[in-house]
Amino acid sequence: MTMGGMVQNLTESLATMLDAPLADAVVFGFHIDGHFLLETLLVVAIAFLLLQKSYQPQKRPLTEQEVDQLCEEWVPEPLHPPITKEMEYNPPVLESAAGPRTVVNGKSVINLSSTNYLGLIGNSKIKEACNAALEKYGVGSCGPRGFYGTIDVHLDLEAKIAQFLGTPDTILYSYGLATASSAIPAFCKRGDLIIADEGVSWGIQNGLLLSRSTIKYFKHNDISSLEKRLEEVFQEDQRKRKALNRRFIVVEAIYQNSGLMAPLDEIVRLKEKYRFRIFVDESNSIGIFGKNGRGLFEHLNIPVEKIDIIIAAMGNALASVGGFCSGSSKVVDHQRLSGAGYCFSASLPPFLASASIAAVEIIQQDRERQKMLQENVAFLRRNLSEIPGLTLGSDPLSPLVYLYLAKSSGSFAGDNAILQKIVDQMLEKSVLLTLKKRSVLDKCKLPTGIRIAVSASHEKSDLLAVSLSLKEVVQSILSS
Amino acid sequence: MKMRNLLREGIWTQHFKKRFLLMKCISSRTYQNQRCLNLSSYNYLGFAASDEYCTPRVMESLETFSPSTCSTRIDCGTTVIHQELEEMVARFVGKPAAMVYGMGFATNSTTLPALIGKGGLIISDSLNHSSIVAGARGSGAKVQVFQHNTPSHLEQVLREAIAEGQPRTRRPWKKIIVVVEGIYSMEGELCRLSEIVSVTQKYKAYIYLDEAHSIGAIGKTGRGVCEHDGVDPAKIDVMMGTFTKSFGSCGGYIAGSKELITYLKHVSPGHIYATSMSPPAVQQVISALKVILGEDGSDRGARKLAQVRENSNYFRQELRRMGCEVLGDENSPVMPFMLYNPAKIPAFSRECLKRNVAVVTVGFPATPLLLARARVCISASHTKEDLDLGLEVISEVSDMAHLKYFPQMESFSKVKSV
Repeated sequence: MTMGGMVQNLTESLATMLDAPLADAVVFGFHIDGHFLLETLLVVAIAFLLLQKSYQPQKRPLTEQEVDQLCEEWVPEPLHPPITKEMEYNPPVLESAAGPRTVVNGKSVINLSSTNYLGLIGNSKIKEACNAALEKYGVGSCGPRGFYGTIDVHLDLEAKIAQFLGTPDTILYSYGLATASSAIPAFCKRGDLIIADEGVSWGIQNGLLLSRSTIKYFKHNDISSLEKRLEEVFQEDQRKRKALNRRFIVVEAIYQNSGLMAPLDEIVRLKEKYRFRIFVDESNSIGIFGKNGRGLFEHLNIPVEKIDIIIAAMGNALASVGGFCSGSSKVVDHQRLSGAGYCFSASLPPFLASASIAAVEIIQQDRERQKMLQENVAFLRRNLSEIPGLTLGSDPLSPLVYLYLAKSSGSFAGDNAILQKIVDQMLEKSVLLTLKKRSVLDKCKLPTGIRIAVSASHEKSDLLAVSLSLKEVVQSILSS
Repeated sequence: MKMRNLLREGIWTQHFKKRFLLMKCISSRTYQNQRCLNLSSYNYLGFAASDEYCTPRVMESLETFSPSTCSTRIDCGTTVIHQELEEMVARFVGKPAAMVYGMGFATNSTTLPALIGKGGLIISDSLNHSSIVAGARGSGAKVQVFQHNTPSHLEQVLREAIAEGQPRTRRPWKKIIVVVEGIYSMEGELCRLSEIVSVTQKYKAYIYLDEAHSIGAIGKTGRGVCEHDGVDPAKIDVMMGTFTKSFGSCGGYIAGSKELITYLKHVSPGHIYATSMSPPAVQQVISALKVILGEDGSDRGARKLAQVRENSNYFRQELRRMGCEVLGDENSPVMPFMLYNPAKIPAFSRECLKRNVAVVTVGFPATPLLLARARVCISASHTKEDLDLGLEVISEVSDMAHLKYFPQMESFSKVKSV
């Protein structure tokens, strides 16, 4: 068809359309003229409706008055919950040093509550060292380690502990509780993996929380559970091929919450097999186990190089305050800039550092104390095992002896009430015991019991008297 | 010279003066000794060294109670002096009750988790100390930050927080705690407490005041920022402080209502699991408090308080006259002055040490990268001669390092000769 022909066709059809009558529709039986106009109008109407924006309520920010109203209406919870009778517990108040015998309410009582394992409270050499330090340095160190708070006794103590344990270097912290809370986050960050025992103490739990790493727990002191967890991790690695991350196992040598002893040799074997690193908290085992009192690793003949990081509080066998972390030079140097409790907190008071130095020297020279402690522990356990109504927990060698009710009353609260009654009555009989309390913030679910801390300086006669009184008291309470 | 020779052979010098500390090279243990003027330790009232009233009593308590109780407070670590200290602290701060911990850092990091948990909000000053950050993180509550020492921004943050509620669920917050410090040690600034308290009271938030540096050093009788600003201690919900700075000891305290303290003693891990404060350290604080309150029968306490204020103001005035850029408010015993350039940090510190003056220098990450500063802590034991010596050395080193960023007000040498 030619161009001219096409144009002609177009104009013809246009003319036809325009000439057509304006409407020619039959709507509902009514004849309407002009259909073209109607259809055009319909098309226009449809287009208009389609192009309309759909209804959306406008997003308005809150006005000042509305914010005021919300602020007025908001009712905060009280700062603390209402005080219950349980909260008003008053601990015994000592009037003398917390040695094997102490004075409470004017009466001399046998003290089975303070973790004075080697009997170093009241030791004259330690007191002399403290006096000299007090004369020279005063009490506080008035500054963090980085800001002229490092006193020569700190460096001496770090060197002493490193030499004692056989590790390259040690770092001191000014508080036992802050040691684990600072050491663990220094090495573990988000994305790292930590496998910890479910019965670890609060200090370690806090460190695990602050580290933001992935935490997996294994059953308390159960080596097969640990192996299972490690195997799971290994299998997952094989499957997923994730990026490399730091992996740690965290255990305590003697668990504060149960007195059980960790099978450290097995754990070290597993950590080598699965390529993990290990943190061991030797707070309750340093000075007590091993030929030279170095701790659990010496007792189990594990070379100290295999333990990556040792942390310990000095508030137990060393009869001082503070904590330390020991390991390779790199481990220790890293904490000097990354340990929160080291960089941002005042250093240990010099007299306590002197006390620790003296304590370590005594441990190195006097091996008798360790023997006495073991004898006392064995003696006490023999006598306590004969008490009907109570079961002995904890490892036979552990200086922490836990006593639980043989038959539970059905709930933790009920058991604790009975045990607290026993403790109160024992105090009347001049024996200071303690029912281990747990904070609501503590995630550990192990049962609590009466915790006895045996000391090398306890007299056997006192320990015998304690067992006999305890037998009487338990009998009277359980029969009522 | 003879002294230098003795020292080079590695012999310890045994005597110890109140305001000088024997310094050792920390990094490589050279066993060399040097006597320095100490402008770096937190020793505001001069209790750091052996004190005529405190030390004999501390030694007595050492004899009675031994250096450690080897026990937590709740087992058998509470002695009569712990109770006495708690009563004295409560009385001193103006609260019904108080409790003490063995470490200042642990006080914050174990009390904040006990007070607030998931579903709560902590609004903290942007320049708060790392112990508060650790406590806030450990608590599980959400943390928001407001501009340093700016009550108007705090109000804005509070309004938004209450209006919007918890993120995602939009539930109302269980409680809101605002955490501020009395003196910010890196800025030398005092908290604008009265304004902040009025904001928190308006919005029903709780306020937690950390007086680590200000207790004992600020205020006419040393009672801290509340006294300085004229704020009634009853308006502060939780007052916290440490004994490391003004009392020459170690440890911290929390003061509040009787019920709050009873509750915290039941819940706070620092009380239940941590070794109790060392008895000689407790006695040191008790004796120091007695001196400050004048209960030792002398006016040494009042004189110390006046002296630290006078010393701080004099030192600050002279530094300003010199042309150094000093930060901080009047009466604050801690005064940072700017170095800015990170390269000047070791230069300033080492040159001052060569001239036997010990100053602290701070850089990243404690301060922003280009805002490095040197910090001086003034003590009540500094005599005017000590301060003048310090000023002379700082002036000399500042000239070397070009730190006099502001014009000198009058010739410093003229002032010195007066």
